[in-house]
Amino acid sequence: MSTVSTTRAPARTVRTTDPRPRRSKRRPVRERQWPAYVFLSPWMIGAVVLTLVPMAVSLYLSFTDYNLFDPPHWVGLRNYREMLTEDPRYWRSVGTTMLYVVVAVPLKLGLALGVAMLLKSLSRGRGFYRSAFYAPSLLGASMSIALVWKALFNDGGTVAGVLDAVGIHTGGWVGNPHLAVYGVVLLTVWQFGAPMVIFLAGLQQISPDLYEAAALDGAGRRRQFMSITVPMLSPVVFFNLVLEVINSFQVFTPAFAISGGDGGPADSTMFYTLYLYERGFTASHMGYAAAMAWLLLIAVGAITLILFRTSRSWVFYADEEGR
Amino acid sequence: MNIATKRWLPHTVSAAALLVLLYPLAWLLATSLKPADEVMTSLDLWPSHLEWSNYTTALDGVSGVTVTHLLGNTLLIAGGAVLGNVLSCSLAAYAFARLRFRMSKVMFAFMVATLMLPHHVVLIPQYIIFNRLGLVDSFWPLILPKFLATEAFFVFLIVQFMRGLPRELEESARIDGCGPFRTYWSITLPLARPALITTAIFTFIWTWNDFFTQMIYLFAPEKYTITLALSSFVDQSSTSAYGPMFAMSVISVLPIVLFFFVFQRYLVQGMATSGLKG
Repeated sequence: MSTVSTTRAPARTVRTTDPRPRRSKRRPVRERQWPAYVFLSPWMIGAVVLTLVPMAVSLYLSFTDYNLFDPPHWVGLRNYREMLTEDPRYWRSVGTTMLYVVVAVPLKLGLALGVAMLLKSLSRGRGFYRSAFYAPSLLGASMSIALVWKALFNDGGTVAGVLDAVGIHTGGWVGNPHLAVYGVVLLTVWQFGAPMVIFLAGLQQISPDLYEAAALDGAGRRRQFMSITVPMLSPVVFFNLVLEVINSFQVFTPAFAISGGDGGPADSTMFYTLYLYERGFTASHMGYAAAMAWLLLIAVGAITLILFRTSRSWVFYADEEGR
Repeated sequence: MNIATKRWLPHTVSAAALLVLLYPLAWLLATSLKPADEVMTSLDLWPSHLEWSNYTTALDGVSGVTVTHLLGNTLLIAGGAVLGNVLSCSLAAYAFARLRFRMSKVMFAFMVATLMLPHHVVLIPQYIIFNRLGLVDSFWPLILPKFLATEAFFVFLIVQFMRGLPRELEESARIDGCGPFRTYWSITLPLARPALITTAIFTFIWTWNDFFTQMIYLFAPEKYTITLALSSFVDQSSTSAYGPMFAMSVISVLPIVLFFFVFQRYLVQGMATSGLKG
């Protein structure tokens, strides 16, 4: 990258002899920069006005008692202290969200990988199944499907009925504080198609030569999976893992729809974002909600960082190895 | 296992999985046509007779606002979002992928970092900004940010695609005297069409499905989207109105299903490449 200051200095020393041809020669070397900024201007305005400034403002608000109507008063760490030491509902929402992430993400990714390998072994109809399995990922985030889910898992719904028929009497999951969150988990797992598509594309990129060579050396199915498929696919697994974890922390619509907006029964579907919404927009404790948002950012950032750190020991980048 | 079972087993498993997976959708369609007394009482998927009046009730909408009006609102918001994202994200992506400028690395790193930023951190200040501007309870808070390339996912997607394009055409255009704007508009954009279509489809579907932002910014029933109407329909009616509620649900997912059938190739490929190049 050539900067303005470094190119200007030598220009003065040569100007005395013959300025004109030098100038015209330099033009293409010193690329004009302003067009880049014109291209970037919408993004830069958005980055400053809708991202950077709001981040700073919400950090400030998290130290205030702002309620959207009166000017904010500085309260120091009160919001954070209250949240961490005096608010059992906050910890309940953290627990529910963690449980959801820890159960739903591995289930979803495991199923995605399993089905991707199943589809890879199909000789025909792979494209059809790939599209069909992918469809729930597009619909799953909608209010309609969340309502269907609520009805399926409600008293007298299909799930309770089918489980009854095989001798497991759970009743409706929606009204049961121990089971309601698993309804949301299953709605997430239902949308395994998106990571599956990515896994399948990754599997198809692994060269068949590798498997042939391994088979010649006497490696069985299991050995081939552990020594070829797993390492070759690990970057894709890593990408999906980071993406799913970040998204799962922010789940909202299904929890809202299944609980009717109140996180019930007994706060069992009071996910973090639902509680944030309730504090900020229903109870008008915007300062408190801002503090919650910042702790969410810190938690997601820390978890992403940990994932990236540990990735060095289990993610294998073939092209880096070759260099 | 003999060879025949080995061959048929994956197909059987796939087909069985598909049936389980599509059951909720079949249930939705069936329930939207069921008479009120059959909805939560019988596990039978098939209605005793088709209750088309569920649909006529649903079409009347919520709070005197018809479904056509609600669909129009949603379409307007989704259309604006698509236009905004395709335009602003492709402009930014072209600069990141093809132009050299000061701080390009820092800005690109910042853009990638915002991929991971929870929306909630900027939510409240954004709400305050739109509130001060008097734009709450209008479509602007839902459309305007899209014209400012705030969805880093799409900028990233298009950057990755543009980096994979051959530079020769753009270079020969430049030798022929094309400036960067002409090159972007006449050479790079047409070549990047698959990435732009992926951006357009995902933006449309995500905006159509969105609930949180719409709920925060829209209050007047005549500004409602189909999702908001559905949500308030649930609040207003008891379980006896399940039929009409799910009829409205069917209407609300219909555009997505349509999009899926028309564009499934782009959707699946867009998804696959976004993951592999990341």
